[in-house]
Amino acid sequence: MVIDSTDGAASEKLQHDTPQVADENAGVIFYNDTVIEHFTNPRNVGEIDGADGYALVGDPSCGDQMKLWIQVTAGYITDIKFKSYGCPGAIATSSMATQLAMGAHLDDAKLLTDDDVVRALGGIPANKQHCSLMGVSALLAAIKDYEERASQQP
Amino acid sequence: MTARQLIYFDHNATTPLCPEARAAMLPFFDAAFGNPSSYHRLGRQARSAVETARRSIAHIFGCSQAEVIFTSGGTEANNLALRGAATALKNRGRHIIISAIEHHSVVKTADALSRDGFALTLVPVDAHGVVDPQAVMQALRPDTILISLMHANNETGAVQPVAEVGRMARQRGVLFHTDAVQAFGKIQLGAPLDYADLVSVTAHKIYGPRGAGALLVRQGTPLAPVMTGGHHEQGLRPGTENVAAIAGFAAAAQLAGRQDGADMQRMAALRDRFEEQLLLALPNLSVNSRNAARVPNTSNICFAGVESESVLLHLDLLGICASAGSACTTGEPEPSHVLRAMGLSSVQAQGAVRFSFGSGTTAEQIDAAAAALAGIVTKLRHISSL
Repeated sequence: MVIDSTDGAASEKLQHDTPQVADENAGVIFYNDTVIEHFTNPRNVGEIDGADGYALVGDPSCGDQMKLWIQVTAGYITDIKFKSYGCPGAIATSSMATQLAMGAHLDDAKLLTDDDVVRALGGIPANKQHCSLMGVSALLAAIKDYEERASQQP
Repeated sequence: MTARQLIYFDHNATTPLCPEARAAMLPFFDAAFGNPSSYHRLGRQARSAVETARRSIAHIFGCSQAEVIFTSGGTEANNLALRGAATALKNRGRHIIISAIEHHSVVKTADALSRDGFALTLVPVDAHGVVDPQAVMQALRPDTILISLMHANNETGAVQPVAEVGRMARQRGVLFHTDAVQAFGKIQLGAPLDYADLVSVTAHKIYGPRGAGALLVRQGTPLAPVMTGGHHEQGLRPGTENVAAIAGFAAAAQLAGRQDGADMQRMAALRDRFEEQLLLALPNLSVNSRNAARVPNTSNICFAGVESESVLLHLDLLGICASAGSACTTGEPEPSHVLRAMGLSSVQAQGAVRFSFGSGTTAEQIDAAAAALAGIVTKLRHISSL
């Protein structure tokens, strides 16, 4: 992991990280208890029939894929469900992304970042950071899908 | 199940040290600390231990003591075999043949040689993960100097036609190396130098310590050292011998060499019980290399719709140790090159988990792990978007 010591945000992120491995490619992966808890007991798993917004992101042949459904009422995400194929990091970040978005106003949900998800999980191993991209990008894509559908309605 | 009652199904990664090996090693951590190259009595004591171990290993493999070169393990033995033969024969030819399913210590060494001016041919395997000897022969060129084919694959356990390929190689005057790291102690090897010129073995897959292995080098085989230094191991492997590990290796090898048909049948019965239970409990799974001759302790299973690291972590949380060759787990950019070579898609290969059983494996462990797996895979499939 590259940490710029002059970057306060990066230093803060490092503190949240799980134990550092000397060689992050050595294949040793440590997840913290929060990540493991979301992995073993993921929130908001399922599908929504007749969802207001839907997105499919990721590529199974690259290791992960996520489907996300949202229900929107008066500008708020009133229900959110997901299904994810992937490693523990992918499943835990999917779960946390949906938890952060549940009940949020669309304007706030659109501001969610990968860092928010990682921080809420208390950090994820350095070689798993790419997993966190899926939850937020699925959420943004599902919101976009909702907005496109809404704009096409008479 | 408490965390203390671990179920260890990762014997192809490494094995626990057997008491015999441990006992053989202890003196050399203590009073018998001498350097085998030293003149005095402590040196002679250490030399005696190394040569006794060499005699033991030679006896097990039906070769002469001069044909046993101790190394730090399988990776170093494979490096010495490939780099050593390539260097020794580079003026005779610069073409090397390996199979597509070799261990990384062979694949990456061959890759490095190919960047150094050697031509490399990878021979494919069939859907069962087995090399066709005719395909190896067809890959031969006038400038071929070396063929390397593993005895048993570390991921699937599939046994390769090494005797057949080795005999054909010898007829054609081409050196033959086999990485027997995963075969030794699991199936009977007989006298491998009858058909191979170079054979890699290691201690820590046969209940010996990490840090010792050997390259068997058939008398007269051209081989150059890859490291320079002292006269040790006939100049092929300079460096003060790891006496304790070598003594432990010999003790473990004696036990491994004594494995008979009954031991192998017991192991195969446990593996079959495991696979049959899983096939009954879960739809959409496949046992890789199931229709090939396999070493009896290895079961490689693709669970469709799930990613292997997620299975591994759930197992780990239950105290069950297994492994996978998938990208996310090992830091490798691609899922298992072995399963891909067998024609599996990336997604199929990412769902593969390897279970490798050992001398301490019981039917109760098999049943508990199979039941746990059924629950884990069902749960992950419920979450899965595939």
